[in-house]
Amino acid sequence: MLPRRYRVHSTWAELAGVASMELTPVDGAAVVFQPGQFNMLYAFGVGEIAISISGDPAEPDRLIHTTRSVGAVSAALTDLRQGDMLGVRGPFGSAWPVAAETGRHIVFVAGGLGLAPLRPAIYHVLEHRERYAGVTLVYGARSPDELLYAEEIKAWKSRFDTEVEVTVDHAGSAWTGRVGVVTTCLDRALAGLDPATVSAFLCGPEIMMRFSVMGLADAGVPPDRVWISMERNMKCAIGFCGHCQFGPEFVCRDGPVFRHDHVAQLLSMKEI
Amino acid sequence: MRIHGIEEILSEHPVFKAFDKETLGLLAGCARNEHFRAGDRIFTEGDPADKVYLIREGDAAVEIATSERAPIIVETLHAGDVLGWSWMVPPYRHMSDARAMTEIRAVSLGADCMRTKCDDNPVLGYRMFQHLLPHMAVRVRALRMQLLDLYGTRKG
Repeated sequence: MLPRRYRVHSTWAELAGVASMELTPVDGAAVVFQPGQFNMLYAFGVGEIAISISGDPAEPDRLIHTTRSVGAVSAALTDLRQGDMLGVRGPFGSAWPVAAETGRHIVFVAGGLGLAPLRPAIYHVLEHRERYAGVTLVYGARSPDELLYAEEIKAWKSRFDTEVEVTVDHAGSAWTGRVGVVTTCLDRALAGLDPATVSAFLCGPEIMMRFSVMGLADAGVPPDRVWISMERNMKCAIGFCGHCQFGPEFVCRDGPVFRHDHVAQLLSMKEI
Repeated sequence: MRIHGIEEILSEHPVFKAFDKETLGLLAGCARNEHFRAGDRIFTEGDPADKVYLIREGDAAVEIATSERAPIIVETLHAGDVLGWSWMVPPYRHMSDARAMTEIRAVSLGADCMRTKCDDNPVLGYRMFQHLLPHMAVRVRALRMQLLDLYGTRKG
């Protein structure tokens, strides 16, 4: 599958070493995507990596990705500027089941940059808020200056129909919010909810998701109502090359969004 | 306005919910109401750990200060949480600072009084540890996760 050419419409810094960019196709129409899916972004002459789509699925013309500069390709992507060109393959992978979970209380649990793959689902749920019994976002980051989409979080927090709990691992004295881990914050957020009505979508470091899933189970959230987004080294993105193999699953093709009880056994295995 | 007795306040706190009336009566003898305004220092590192605070309302920051940098908040505690566990462990000195982030209403239990009652009544002592240890365990687990510095390298 060949990459399509896209041009960088705009870029903006999110955090130190983290940038978002909006892309527009050079040829043809924009591609519709589902919340949770990813694209393979190709920095010409450097390489290609999988990056989650972090924009609004209702606005496919504004294709947005958020990237942390951690290697050669991601550094090249975060260095792109308005007017630069790159290759895009996708969208690929499974999606958050936002449409199937209408009528339920959606609990989003995000850690660090894990908020980026969840944001399209958050947009969808908030745009169709009347279809859901409730919405709670629990978000953890390393420190206050590493909170992704901080302005948007403030806006979500100011809504009367949405609960937002933010916590950081450590902070200076000027911080007036919570300090502690996501799992502690999640326990509190779940305390006032009927667990049978909760559907949870989690994205963040695997260990954070593992402990959060335990918290959800302890609170009584049904195991078949918990989804996680996995991250592995994806290359072909169509389940051929095996780079992202996770037990019998290919993260690029069968994931990245998995119902937790389908992969729970694999998550407890070491170093796969 | 309804006035809550200290036994009733204790019985509403998550740690003491399961305690019977007689035990609560014993503990109430060590308890007093506390109030802190936002910004008040609750205790300072090195202070004798002479009280444990059961937070009823408000938010507290547990901080560690060093000479080279401004204090760092390592944990915040909220309604239903227990502030201070050094009273249980020799040498009974606080190992961090605690500050009220917002107005706090709490019940404090005197450490000497509690230790004496627990020594005199081992059943009470055992129950105290049974109910306080889970709170400590949750916090130790949380601190372990903080030590992992989870959020440093995830790609978006």
